[in-house]
Amino acid sequence: MTRKALALISGGLDSMLAARVVQEQGVQVEGVNFFTGFCVEGHTHAIRKQSQTRPKRNNALWVAEQLGIKLHIVDVVDEYKDVVLNPKHGYGANLNPCLDCKIFMVGKAVEKVRDWGFDFILTGEVVGQRPMSQRKQTMPVISKESGAEGLLLRPLSALNLPATKPELEGWVDRERLYGFSGRSRKPQIALARRLGIQEWAQPAGGCCFLTDANYTVKLQDLWASRQQRQYELDDILLLKVGRHIRPRPHFKLIVAREEGEGNYLNGYRRMYTYLDSVSHPGPMTLIDGQVDEDDLELAARIVARYSQGRNAGSVEVEVGRPGAPPLRLRVTPFGSEEIPREWML
Amino acid sequence: MTRLAVDARRLLCPLPVIRLQDQVAQLRHGDQVIIIATDPGVKLDIPAWCRVHGHSASLLDETDGEIRFLVTVEAAPNPPKPT
Ligand code: SF4
Repeated sequence: MTRKALALISGGLDSMLAARVVQEQGVQVEGVNFFTGFCVEGHTHAIRKQSQTRPKRNNALWVAEQLGIKLHIVDVVDEYKDVVLNPKHGYGANLNPCLDCKIFMVGKAVEKVRDWGFDFILTGEVVGQRPMSQRKQTMPVISKESGAEGLLLRPLSALNLPATKPELEGWVDRERLYGFSGRSRKPQIALARRLGIQEWAQPAGGCCFLTDANYTVKLQDLWASRQQRQYELDDILLLKVGRHIRPRPHFKLIVAREEGEGNYLNGYRRMYTYLDSVSHPGPMTLIDGQVDEDDLELAARIVARYSQGRNAGSVEVEVGRPGAPPLRLRVTPFGSEEIPREWML
Repeated sequence: MTRLAVDARRLLCPLPVIRLQDQVAQLRHGDQVIIIATDPGVKLDIPAWCRVHGHSASLLDETDGEIRFLVTVEAAPNPPKPT
């Protein structure tokens, strides 16, 4: 009887190798990839104008194609909020709740294994590879707290860990699994070569924006300004776009840095107050927060500063608010030293 | 044969693919989906997703930044053997 495994496919080399190693043993593998909203790849690329002529592939789909397996992409944006907001095991260097994140994703895979009729789960985790989630002590924590227990196989590090059900039942041959550990990538690269894998994605930094210090600052600022730790998908996508400037605690500006970002922000005109310089070319800008007349004038002066009218005596800015007709403000642009550094997020 | 439309405008990848996938899951062999999206990433992602699942995708048109694909649901094949 052919056994079926569900592989967590991130798009990187390790999960690709783990899936291939198990495929080589005659197991039928399919992949699953979870979309949390914080993924690094794709979004900023899609938004930025200069990137649009050469759209970038989705690495998880590309890996699936290389392996000849199906890939199921699952939207977990809502459920993932609790992982980000209340991580039982805490955060890493930034707002990355890596251990809770792994537990969550393996837990979701456990649900899919039951619903879709798979026999076990596999991941590309390697003992000692990551400081928070891939330590020898945390591997059993992931298996236990996710509910996967013995159904979770890590083919690249299996020899460093107790035998799992697929090994004990003979669905896979433990002798043909690996005992990789530590941060070195050499064993993985050697294995890739042996398996005839010539190309793989090398994502810069972590797998998500939560490991990014600048992004973390903006997310914490969002929570502080709203006086509650909450977010919607649009909030976290907008944190990836534009220059964020907070002149007052109750509102911030999101100023497009180039045309692609301007087009993207344009899509939010019906949901947010926006400012658009009309007398001179300038960046599309959204306001996040509730603003009064004085705030609008201040915001318009900032927008004027980033427009091509920055050296003009005055700049006319259109202000649109959801559900109200647009109005126009004529303002003096801020001078180069008049926007304090601490306003910039 | 059913033909459905999926509006994935303004959604960033991989959300258009997720919307397509969720729709296809409700359909049968021979049914079709027309998906309209604005993220240029769909030009790679939709055909790639269709290839791994054994469905067919053809680009219908691309006007004013809106990209339309016709996806035909094929019989779900077994995953090909690894080479
Ligand atoms: S880097 Fe992000 S996606 Fe990766 S394990 Fe950590 S929290 Fe999860």
